[in-house]
Amino acid sequence: MSKKKISLSVLIIGFIIGVIFWGAFNWTLELTNTEQFCISCHEMRDNVYVEYKDTIHYANRTGVRATCPDCHVPREWIYKIRRKIQASNELYHKALGTIDTREKFEAKRLELARHEWVRMKENDSRECRNCHNYDDMDYPSQGRRAVDNHVKGFANGETCIDCHKGVAHELPDMFEDDASAVLLKH
Amino acid sequence: MKKIFLMSMVITAGMFGLNPYAFAEHVQSLRGDLSLEENSVAPTLKQYQKDEAPIARDYLQQPPLIPHKIDGYRVTIKHNKCLSCHSWTNYKARGATKISQTHFESRDGAIMSNVAPRRYFCSQCHVPQVKAKELIANDFEPVEAMRH
Ligand code: HEC
Ligand code: HEC
Ligand code: HEC
Ligand code: HEC
Ligand code: HEC
Repeated sequence: MSKKKISLSVLIIGFIIGVIFWGAFNWTLELTNTEQFCISCHEMRDNVYVEYKDTIHYANRTGVRATCPDCHVPREWIYKIRRKIQASNELYHKALGTIDTREKFEAKRLELARHEWVRMKENDSRECRNCHNYDDMDYPSQGRRAVDNHVKGFANGETCIDCHKGVAHELPDMFEDDASAVLLKH
Repeated sequence: MKKIFLMSMVITAGMFGLNPYAFAEHVQSLRGDLSLEENSVAPTLKQYQKDEAPIARDYLQQPPLIPHKIDGYRVTIKHNKCLSCHSWTNYKARGATKISQTHFESRDGAIMSNVAPRRYFCSQCHVPQVKAKELIANDFEPVEAMRH
C-alpha cells in the first residue's frame, strides 16, 4: 500500500471511531440528563423530589412539566459540559455520604441552595428563561401582584431567582438571608 | 313541695315535646336532609379568586381576608412565605401590607422582636376567598362607624 492510501484509511477509521465515541458520549450525556437519573439516588429522591412533587412544575392545569435537568442543567452544549464536569464532585460526595440522611441534607441545604442562587443570578436565570420569556408575558392575564412586581423588577434589572426562591423545593433555614421571615429562635 | 313542683314541670315539659329528640326532625345539617347511610352530592370544586385589591373589613379586630391566591405558599419552621412579603423588612419592596403590631405580642402580652409564635401560622386566621353562595344566609351589618 502506498503511504497515501494508509493515511487515508487511518483517517477514515479514525473518523468512524470518532463518530462512535462522540455518539456514545452524547448518549451518556443525555442519559444522565433525565429526571429518572437524577432521582436514582436516594439523596435526591427522598428530599428534593418529594417536595417538588407538591409544586406547580410537577402538576398543573396544563400538564406541562419542568423536570430536574430543565432547571439545573444548561441547554447550551458548552455550559452543559461545564456543569457535568462540576457534577463529578457530586459523585465524590455521594461516595463520602455527605448528605445521606435527611438531617445531613438539611444541614447542608443552605450551602447547596446558595450555589444555585448564585449560578442563576449570574446567568440571569437562564434556565427559567428557556421556558418563560418575560418579553412574551401577557400582563393583563397575570395577577395584580405579579404585574406590579414584574414591571418594577425587570426595570430594576432583577432576575427571576431574586423573587422566586423556593419554587420547586422547601427552602433551607433562611435566618441568615431573611431573619424577618422565620420563627423567632436562634 | 319544691321537689314535687320541679318534677311536675319536667313531666309536663316532656309531655309537650320539649325533649331534644322531639326537635330532631326540624334540624337540618349542612349536608342536607339525608339519613346517615346516604351520601350527599359532592359540591363542585371552587376556584380561589384571582389577585384583588384588599377586601374591606366588616368589624373591628377582624383578621383581614386574603385578597390573593396562596397556592404553593409554604409556612415551615424554617421559612414563612407570607412573611417574605408581609414582614416589616420586606413589605415595602413587595408592595404588601405590613403585619400589624399585634402580631408581635406573645401570649403573655410581651412584645417580641419578631412575629410571635402564636401568629406565625397565618392561615389559622387569614383565609383566601372563593366566589360561592353562603351556606347559611347571613344578614350581619357592620356598625355605623365601619360601614363603607
Ligand atoms: C421546562 C419549562 C420550565 C422551566 C425550565 C421553568 N418553568 Fe416555571 N413554569 C413552567 C410552566 C409550564 C408553568 C405553568 C404551569 C401552569 O400553570 O399550567 C410554570 C409556572 C411557573 C410559575 C407560576 C406559579 C403559579 O403558582 O402560578 C412560576 C412563578 C414559575 N414557573 C417560575 C419559574 C422559575 C423561577 C424557574 C427557574 C428556576 C422556572 N419557572 C423554570 C415551565 C417551566
Ligand atoms: C421583583 C420580583 C419578581 C421578579 C424579578 C420576577 N417575579 Fe415572577 N412574580 C413575582 C410576584 C410577586 C408574583 C405574584 C405572586 C406569586 O405568584 O407568588 C409573580 C408571579 C409570577 C408568575 C405567575 C403569574 C400569574 O399571575 O399567574 C410567573 C409565571 C412568574 N412570576 C415568572 C417569573 C419569571 C420567569 C421571572 C424571570 C424572568 C420572574 N417571574 C421574575 C415577582 C417577581
Ligand atoms: C422549576 C425549577 C426547578 C426544578 C424543576 C427543580 N429544581 Fe432543584 N432547585 C431549583 C432552585 C431555584 C433551587 C435553589 C434553592 C431554592 O430556591 O429552592 C434548587 C435547589 C436544588 C438543590 C439544592 C438543595 C436545595 O433544596 O436548595 C437540589 C439538590 C436540587 N435542587 C435538586 C433537584 C432535583 C433532584 C430535581 C428534580 C426532582 C429538581 N431539583 C427540580 C429549581 C428547580
Ligand atoms: C408575593 C408577595 C406576597 C405573598 C407571598 C403573600 N402576600 Fe398577602 N398581600 C400581598 C400584597 C401585595 C397585598 C396587597 C394587595 C394589593 O394591594 O394588591 C397582600 C394582601 C394581603 C392581605 C390583606 C391585607 C389588608 O389590609 O386587607 C392579607 C390578610 C394577606 N395578604 C395575607 C397573606 C398570607 C396569609 C400569606 C401567606 C399564605 C400572604 N399574604 C402571602 C403580597 C403577598
Ligand atoms: C391569631 C390570629 C392571627 C394570625 C395567626 C395572624 N393574624 Fe394577621 N391579623 C389578625 C387580626 C385579628 C388582624 C386585624 C387586627 C390587628 O391588626 O391585629 C390582623 C391583621 C393583619 C394584617 C393587616 C395589618 C394592618 O395594618 O391592617 C396583615 C397584613 C396580616 N394580619 C398578616 C398576617 C400574616 C402575614 C400572618 C402570618 C405571619 C398573620 N397575619 C397571622 C389575626 C391573625
